[in-house]
Amino acid sequence: MSDTHTDEVKKHVKIYVNVFLALMVLTVITVAVSYLDLPIPVAIVLALIVATIKSSLVAGFFMHLIHEKKAVIATLIVTAVVFLILIFIPLFSETNKVTY
Amino acid sequence: MEIPYTVSPRQDTGLNNAKLGIWLFLASEVMLFGALFSSYILLRVGATEWPQGADILNVPLATFNTVVLITSSITMVMSWAALQMNDFRKYRLYMGATFMAGVIFLIVKAIEYGDKFSHHLYPSNNTFMAIYFTLTGLHGLHIIGGMIVNGYFLGPGSKMWKTEPERFTNRIEVAGLYWHFVDLVWIFLFPVLYLL
Repeated sequence: MSDTHTDEVKKHVKIYVNVFLALMVLTVITVAVSYLDLPIPVAIVLALIVATIKSSLVAGFFMHLIHEKKAVIATLIVTAVVFLILIFIPLFSETNKVTY
Repeated sequence: MEIPYTVSPRQDTGLNNAKLGIWLFLASEVMLFGALFSSYILLRVGATEWPQGADILNVPLATFNTVVLITSSITMVMSWAALQMNDFRKYRLYMGATFMAGVIFLIVKAIEYGDKFSHHLYPSNNTFMAIYFTLTGLHGLHIIGGMIVNGYFLGPGSKMWKTEPERFTNRIEVAGLYWHFVDLVWIFLFPVLYLL
């Protein structure tokens, strides 16, 4: 492998380490927030925001989506749209309330 | 006939077979877990009350498992980087660490399940326990699947490094994409089940 290629990979490794540290900090935040006894809707929104940031870091850097080919991005956009439809279906459905 | 695009990318997509294949597979996985997350929401919004996960489940153990999985994600990506830098010894080290992280995750999960069973908490108890066991069980099966693949590339599958190093490096990248996805699912499972 050429030196320039190795240097490039070393640069990526530094980014991976930083992403790892960020994920650890965000994990601590996730758990810490849960001990604050916030109202449920606020807690849900906060937890989902942190989880979304964490998953974006994993997808963007560990799965290197930030410089991935158009064919992959296009596939994932379609997936994301259908996924969101799936997630929002129950919120618009009318169910009889039952005990869990 | 030789299969084309095992290493070189196709002109139109810019991707080799394995890369396109794994992303299509992961898209189907998003829908599989998406359907279950959707079911979770339906059960939760349809319930008159819903338990606080932390009252029933073990948050410290799950937090530990979160750290284990995130660590395994970085060791996985480092194993791929090691191959790109032509360092097979480091690859084995990082891949070995990734495999061990999978073992630790499953042991902790088994302890958690054992604890639930000893308190007579089963999927049949209520919808919360049912969706907890379904989601974490399916996720655990994905961990086992990833470990089988990683174990293969750590052992017999690593012979390819000597004959086709570039193709082997691509294989590790693809195995990594799957492993990171499994980590990504846990990133959502953890707060949803344990903390909210």
